[in-house]
Amino acid sequence: MSRICHQKYALALTFSLAFFLGVLSACARSSAQRGLVVAGSTSIQPFADHWAEVYMKENPGRVVNVQGGGSSAGIQASREGAADIGMSSRELKPEEHDLLEVIVAWDGLAIIVHPENGTEGLSLEQVQGIFSGNVDNWSALGGPKHAITVVTREEGSGTRGTFQEMVMKSSRITPRAIVQDSNGTVREIVANDRHSIGYISLGLVNEKVKALRFESVEPSYENIDRKKYRLIRPFLFLTKGPPNRAARDFINFVLSKQTQELIRNNGLIPIFKED
Amino acid sequence: MSVTRLERRERLIRLSLLMIALSAVSILLVITVYIFSEGTPIMFKYGLKKFLFSLDWFPLEKSFGLLPMIIGSLFVTGGALVIGVPLGLACAVVLTEFSSKRLRSFLKPVVELLAGIPSVVYGFIGVVILIPFIRDRLGGPGFSVLAASVILGIMILPTIISISIDSLEAVPRSYREGSIALGATRWQTTRMVMFPAAKSGIVASIILGMGRAIGETMAVIMIAGNAATIPHSLLDPVRTLTSNIALELGYAAGEHRQALFATGVILFIIIMILNTIANLTSRKSKP
Amino acid sequence: MRLSIHPRTEQSIMRVLLWLLTAITVFILFFIIFYVLKRGLPVVSLEFLTKNPAEMGKAGGIFSTIVGTGALTVLAILIATPLGVGSAIFLTEYTQESWVTRVIRFGSECLAGIPSIIFGLFGFILFVTKLGFGWSLLSGGLTLAFMILPTIIRTSEEAIRSVPYAYREVSFSLGSTRWQTVTRVVLPSALPGIATGVILSVGRSIGETAAVIFTSGSSLHIPTSLFSSSRTMSVHFYILAREGISMDNAYGTAAVLIIAILGINVLAYSLMNRFIRRYR
Repeated sequence: MSRICHQKYALALTFSLAFFLGVLSACARSSAQRGLVVAGSTSIQPFADHWAEVYMKENPGRVVNVQGGGSSAGIQASREGAADIGMSSRELKPEEHDLLEVIVAWDGLAIIVHPENGTEGLSLEQVQGIFSGNVDNWSALGGPKHAITVVTREEGSGTRGTFQEMVMKSSRITPRAIVQDSNGTVREIVANDRHSIGYISLGLVNEKVKALRFESVEPSYENIDRKKYRLIRPFLFLTKGPPNRAARDFINFVLSKQTQELIRNNGLIPIFKED
Repeated sequence: MSVTRLERRERLIRLSLLMIALSAVSILLVITVYIFSEGTPIMFKYGLKKFLFSLDWFPLEKSFGLLPMIIGSLFVTGGALVIGVPLGLACAVVLTEFSSKRLRSFLKPVVELLAGIPSVVYGFIGVVILIPFIRDRLGGPGFSVLAASVILGIMILPTIISISIDSLEAVPRSYREGSIALGATRWQTTRMVMFPAAKSGIVASIILGMGRAIGETMAVIMIAGNAATIPHSLLDPVRTLTSNIALELGYAAGEHRQALFATGVILFIIIMILNTIANLTSRKSKP
Repeated sequence: MRLSIHPRTEQSIMRVLLWLLTAITVFILFFIIFYVLKRGLPVVSLEFLTKNPAEMGKAGGIFSTIVGTGALTVLAILIATPLGVGSAIFLTEYTQESWVTRVIRFGSECLAGIPSIIFGLFGFILFVTKLGFGWSLLSGGLTLAFMILPTIIRTSEEAIRSVPYAYREVSFSLGSTRWQTVTRVVLPSALPGIATGVILSVGRSIGETAAVIFTSGSSLHIPTSLFSSSRTMSVHFYILAREGISMDNAYGTAAVLIIAILGINVLAYSLMNRFIRRYR
């Protein structure tokens, strides 16, 4: 080994490494091969996946890949180019307005408990108290004497972001809460734990959990239409700059009357009002 | 004539192999260097003491205190060892000292096969069986240090068992036979002769198990609760260093992302220390 | 004051205790497998294995995830095995033992112990984002390859080292070159060890979730190119189980996963035993 001089070493090393990475990187940026990448909010993901399924059935040959990761991840991904369309289930923050946004649907935010939980509704102060950890026993709300298990989403979640902004305002969600990284998981936990409370997308509420009245308003589509239930957030499709051809096609498809009808059946609120 | 051609071909082959080895080494280097280069600056910019010892992990507010997660990893790994080591060693001892060769040749490969079960399956079992049990019988939300310790302990059992069996089997027969000839019972032989002789291998198995427990991510995310705060009891939820990375990786940007790399640096250093200890102990006592 | 128990009594007590602990251990380990298989096998049918997931996995089968898992694993092995075995050959046959080789070995051991999420972090930032590969088989395959490379180097090196020097001596004395010796004498002898390492890495890749979910993504479609995203069985199981989309399908996926991994490990062991018997 001492016979081979250092120059050859360095040459071989640099050559192998550079060759390796360079070849791959050069082949990389062909989005036509990888299909349209739509990534972000786990609230939007199941619906986007459904829309993609219908889109691909109607346009054979086109591929749409839906990924999760959370709203902030979607924002990051569209900004860095990993995704053609980023999905966000919360409003964009001021520093995020470098991205173009399209509202594709509206969704309610529901506060959920176990179906056998006696509570039927909560006020803003009560919800703030519970989620900040100040109120930590169901007995304070007229329930059995048992600790409240608070379940929340991770910090990058759009659902959490909306919840923080509209409900918690300036108080922090207690760090002692259980953290999970998708709506479905939160729903599963609340469905199995009699003493838990959490929040998920209204469109994902099913018979396994009970959605509470918030400020005496039932979380229903009528109440959202009538602007009485105020916990709503937009489902956004984000692009960095004007969307490319494939993205534009898909976005137009989602905005079309036919898909918006599907959206209503999905359990979300379409962007047009039905006349 | 053909000799020089042969020589030239040999030199070409040697150069190709050199390039392959260098590529492999440079890959390993790139990974290490990348993680360290992304992670170290922020540790010093933010303040190493604050990074390691502050209690406040609020990354969106630029507060990067890792202490709750460091303690979380420590508790959960310690708990895994408390469960995994006694059970694993007992199993290893029984299979080598107190059972027939046939039983051992059947059970040992089976135990090793069990090492291949994906961690998400273990996590899932934890969610459907262990967590309701803890929640309903012991209290707390179920997602807890206890749940994580039990599942991780079970996960490292195959590692501890198979390596300990190897070490015990490697002890020369004369040790065991000499001891029995002196009138010791089999248990006395095990306790006073076999264990000390196989100590380095057994310690290595425990350290390897520890490494696996510290590095486990998916199962822990499913059952530990992921609360970024120091647990006050076995029944409190907890977050480990690895779950922290997994939960925030997707959306972390800028300094937050670097903080995650810094967490990677810390894990890297911990593994390096564990490996060094394992190497030292295995080199120290070779019978 | 020490209690004086007769050694035989002590042994009887310890025997009971140890057998009890062993029984608990074996029971737990077997229970996990049987529980998953019991609830999962009924779900597994030819249809389950050949149809794609529909409705986010609530209906249909797991075909695309099987393809994804296979593609990812094959890619990782294709990248890591030549690199790993070649490096091992070079390190053992073509160099002297020195501080360089020791450092490489230590580094490789350390990297073998690094948590897979760190590889996921690395792969996500470097491949998916910075190099622009996106969530793809390529990103996932490269990340997995880097993960299993240290293990393949280590096991290959051990296997090659354990070939008795006498073999090489005889070969040289017959006039063969180093390369001829390596390919015709050393490698065949070391093959069971190398193959075991590779096969065990395959098992590890199949069960890997943390590194894969961040680099290869979670698309439900059959991957059509290196740059398509794809979901593996472990990722699919993880998502189905956590979100309660379909417990039945989750168990089914887990059953397929376990059988595949156990099958591969059994293959590794039987191969290793067969070669040992033949060559030693």
